[in-house]
Amino acid sequence: MTTPVLLPTPRRLIDATIDGETVRVPEGTTVLEACESVGTEVPTLCYGDTLTPRNACRVCVVEVEGARTLAPACSRKLEAGMSVATDSERVRHSRKMVLELLGSSVDLSTTPKVPEWMERYEAEPERFGPRAEPAALGVRDARRAGEHEPGDGAVAETVEQPAKVDNDLYVRDYSKCIMCYKCVDACGDQWQNSFAIGVAGRGFDARISTEHDVELPDSACVYCGNCIEVCPTGALSFATEFDMRKAGTWDEEKQTETTTVCTYCGVGCNVTLHVQENEIVKVSSPHDNPVTHGNLCIKGRFGFQHVQRRGGG
Amino acid sequence: MDLRLLDEVATAAERDAVDSLLGAPESGWDGGTRQDSDLRYARGGHAARDQRDLLLPALHAVNDRVGWISRGALNHICRRLTVPPAEAYAVASFYAMFALHERPERVVHLCTDIACAAAGSGRLRDRLAERLGPPGTHPDDAAATWHESPCLGMCERAPAALALQAGAPARYAVSAPATPEDLDALADGPPRQNGSANGSAPVGATADSSTNGHGAAGAAFPTTFHPAPLSGLSPEPEPVAAVPDAGSPDHVLLRRIGRVDPLSLDDYRSAGGYAALREALRLGPAGVIREVTDSGLVGRGGAAFPTGRKWNATAQQPDTPHYLVCNADESEPGTFKDRVLMEGDPFSVVEAMTVAGYAIGARTGYLYIRGEYPRALRHLENALSLARERGLLGTDIMGSGFSFDIEIRRGAGAYICGEETAIFGSIEGQRGEPRTKPPFPVEKGLFGKPTAVNNVETLVNVLPVLLMGGPAYAAVGTETSTGPKLFCLSGGVRRPGLYELPFGATLGDLIEAAGGLPEGRSIRGVLLGGAAGAFVRGDELDIPLTFEGARAAGTSLGSGVVLVLDDTADLGATLARVAAFFRDESCGQCVPCRVGTVRQEESLLRLRAGASPAEEVPLLREVGQAMRDASICGLGQTAWNAVESAIDRLGLYSEEDPDTPATPAPGDRAATEEAR
Ligand SMILES: Cc1cc2nc3c(=O)[nH]c(=O)nc-3n(C[C@H](O)[C@H](O)[C@H](O)COP(=O)(O)O)c2cc1C
Ligand code: SF4
Ligand code: SF4
Ligand code: SF4
Ligand code: FES
Ligand code: FES
Repeated sequence: MTTPVLLPTPRRLIDATIDGETVRVPEGTTVLEACESVGTEVPTLCYGDTLTPRNACRVCVVEVEGARTLAPACSRKLEAGMSVATDSERVRHSRKMVLELLGSSVDLSTTPKVPEWMERYEAEPERFGPRAEPAALGVRDARRAGEHEPGDGAVAETVEQPAKVDNDLYVRDYSKCIMCYKCVDACGDQWQNSFAIGVAGRGFDARISTEHDVELPDSACVYCGNCIEVCPTGALSFATEFDMRKAGTWDEEKQTETTTVCTYCGVGCNVTLHVQENEIVKVSSPHDNPVTHGNLCIKGRFGFQHVQRRGGG
Repeated sequence: MDLRLLDEVATAAERDAVDSLLGAPESGWDGGTRQDSDLRYARGGHAARDQRDLLLPALHAVNDRVGWISRGALNHICRRLTVPPAEAYAVASFYAMFALHERPERVVHLCTDIACAAAGSGRLRDRLAERLGPPGTHPDDAAATWHESPCLGMCERAPAALALQAGAPARYAVSAPATPEDLDALADGPPRQNGSANGSAPVGATADSSTNGHGAAGAAFPTTFHPAPLSGLSPEPEPVAAVPDAGSPDHVLLRRIGRVDPLSLDDYRSAGGYAALREALRLGPAGVIREVTDSGLVGRGGAAFPTGRKWNATAQQPDTPHYLVCNADESEPGTFKDRVLMEGDPFSVVEAMTVAGYAIGARTGYLYIRGEYPRALRHLENALSLARERGLLGTDIMGSGFSFDIEIRRGAGAYICGEETAIFGSIEGQRGEPRTKPPFPVEKGLFGKPTAVNNVETLVNVLPVLLMGGPAYAAVGTETSTGPKLFCLSGGVRRPGLYELPFGATLGDLIEAAGGLPEGRSIRGVLLGGAAGAFVRGDELDIPLTFEGARAAGTSLGSGVVLVLDDTADLGATLARVAAFFRDESCGQCVPCRVGTVRQEESLLRLRAGASPAEEVPLLREVGQAMRDASICGLGQTAWNAVESAIDRLGLYSEEDPDTPATPAPGDRAATEEAR
């Protein structure tokens, strides 16, 4: 049997330079993709390989010759003749500041690569002063847009507050949230179409929220966990992971990852089982699966307990 | 999409408020009575979702009626418009004027921004706090609550306060200059007995003093606000009071203000109104664009972009429909020019929008007005309804075959919604978050369609362009800054107000025209262009007030703000207020602005508390540079301009490094214009 081979419309190749070296890429390629193609590393946080770029975090900025401001590599398309600098003084400065601003206001302890980038850009988040006390639960959610208590600048304000534990499956620890919008986009029209969460409030008080900050079980959440899949910081995590981290038993060195096919229905989603000490501790899904792009439903994502019911029968 | 709603139910008043905007619900599916047929097929879906742009008006409807938006009310809105509640909550919580917790029907907004602070709003704030408690709170069964507000656009009469009273219809009162007695009256709420102009008289039942008998008062059209203001205050001065030299024969843009009744279409027509539209229809769209291009007119909203080029680019787009958006969000601190135009000569805005719509091939124009402008809103609502009645809006305008209409959208307390892409989100019923450019609005703007966004003053300039002809208009002013310009003077001058001068006058000329400073006072600094602009010194009054002149001096005209701080002003406090403004108004999307504005404010507060400039100023510079370089939009990109200029030009906190140059070289700093 022959299968038809679908050819994409051929794209025109364009020439541009990145850090002085010529690159030739198809038209429509982003600066980030072009950088990756020549092995230039660009830090990213809010960029998601399965989502439309929001270009919100600005850690990926690059300098485009002739432009007044820096450009986000994750969304800006490379243009013919463009000259891009990824390590200029201005670029390094803005990346350093983004890391410092985030580091001083958010708990980045579970965000991968951050220590390495902090070192590379010589970021010192502590220089804005001691961190303010975390807010009590509900305080940030009750803030009115366009208003704040100025204080005296003695402490650096943060987004820290207790984690939201309101269901058995996953935990929302917004002290770790960098407001990348990825969970909202995954839950909304880009993937899940449940629209259980949105960005509420504005400015520094902007936060991820259900309507009126109701608990997840009262919201439209269907526990697909697709938001956890895309969360870059660990703000959203499996209850198992959250509890183990709290108990100090979470140890990625000891974990194995096994990708298999979900057995619940006929769609055939890929599930990657993360196993530590013979227990499934979380489930992810490969982003390069052409059908599901890392998305699952509640069964594939959370329905693993029966696998490890041992003894008793 | 499945809508999952909370169980809470809307009250009768909340339902009525929403349903009088959207019409009665059709079935059980959109919040009406459940019928048998509802079980057989579902309604909602695309048809309802296409009304997403009614989300903001629906939120206003409830907030106007009951003063806050309850869970039940939000549920009802979501059901009517098929909007997921988390999204509706995301939108409602974006705006400062919407409350999502119960509060009294009356809210007093006291301006504590730059001009009002310089005019003593601090005392008034203490007074309100004494009576009602900290902002946003109120004693049990108080009739009012209050908030500190960013600039209310009444800086010529600083300090200003605005009270909004929920009801059917809502009412408002303006107190400017605000007195302690006024604020007491506002804080006390409505008198218990039936006051004369107060109480619950239906719209139109009370004659409005400013209609001169031939306006719309008494006519049967609904306005958002009751025509008679809340009682207990001295009446708000007529719009013309903002124009100290009203009636000057040199006025072009302001010539009708104070001369015609702003509520009378007949007055407007007999004072030359609608001659420009007639001329436009004679010239044809391409002819209009040619005149506007020849006139050299550039945008007055802050970006100084050539209007002819914007219109031409929009008109050329193959994608349809095209939209026009009139940007009347006017929230740049110190700016009040658009308010005076809309209050004093509202038909000129309607006529100019019609001309613009004709030129760019739009059938619909949106007029996005900030939520804190109730009188301007009422005058525009009146103007639209009279223009429709006379066939000057609607189908086949003036027998030309051209059809065009205007919808008003009210902002709800968010400076960022004046940014040209954030305004689209706000109109579409999304959060008012700026979008990345490219694509530019002329390609993908409102609802993803080609759109021209223009400031009120820009549009109003098109009328003289057509009446004089482009080249004659271009002869006014200087070579690259053509035509007349409005300047908003406030602060320490003797006669603050709105001044119209042809481009080319110097800063000194303008301050002189406003009567200079009172005896014994000297200039500490002049803020040009608003909070997003920059300070200049009192010895720099020879700066020509042209786009090129301001730029050469390393500053910018922005929206035409000239805010004079005299030697009594507390510059450190002013900067802290500017920083607080940007922090409050940041949309929160991008890190440099969302967190940078917080760190900037914290550092300025430390400086006020005595921290060492040698430590803080370099930190401010680093944060400022990242905001300027890496923020998504003009808000973050300019959030450090005023602070930087106060340090570099006015020498504030200057112990830093004696070698720092006092004045930056031109071009050193990102001009405000380019960031807009
Ligand atoms: C944060 C921000 C706020 C703005 N607010 C306004 C406003 O209230 N009114 C306005 O006309 N332009 C405002 N602008 C400028 C607009 O983006 C846009 O340039 C302008 O409306 C275009 O109209 P014009 O060409 O007629 O000036 C703002 C820009 C920024 C970055
Ligand atoms: S688990 Fe699924 S439905 Fe629930 S918030 Fe996350 S993405 Fe949305
Ligand atoms: S919870 Fe995670 S995915 Fe969602 S905005 Fe925060 S960091 Fe991003
Ligand atoms: S610069 Fe500020 S206002 Fe503009 S998009 Fe970023 S966070 Fe929002
Ligand atoms: S990764 Fe590009 S802006 Fe966040
Ligand atoms: S009205 Fe108060 S500063 Fe403008």
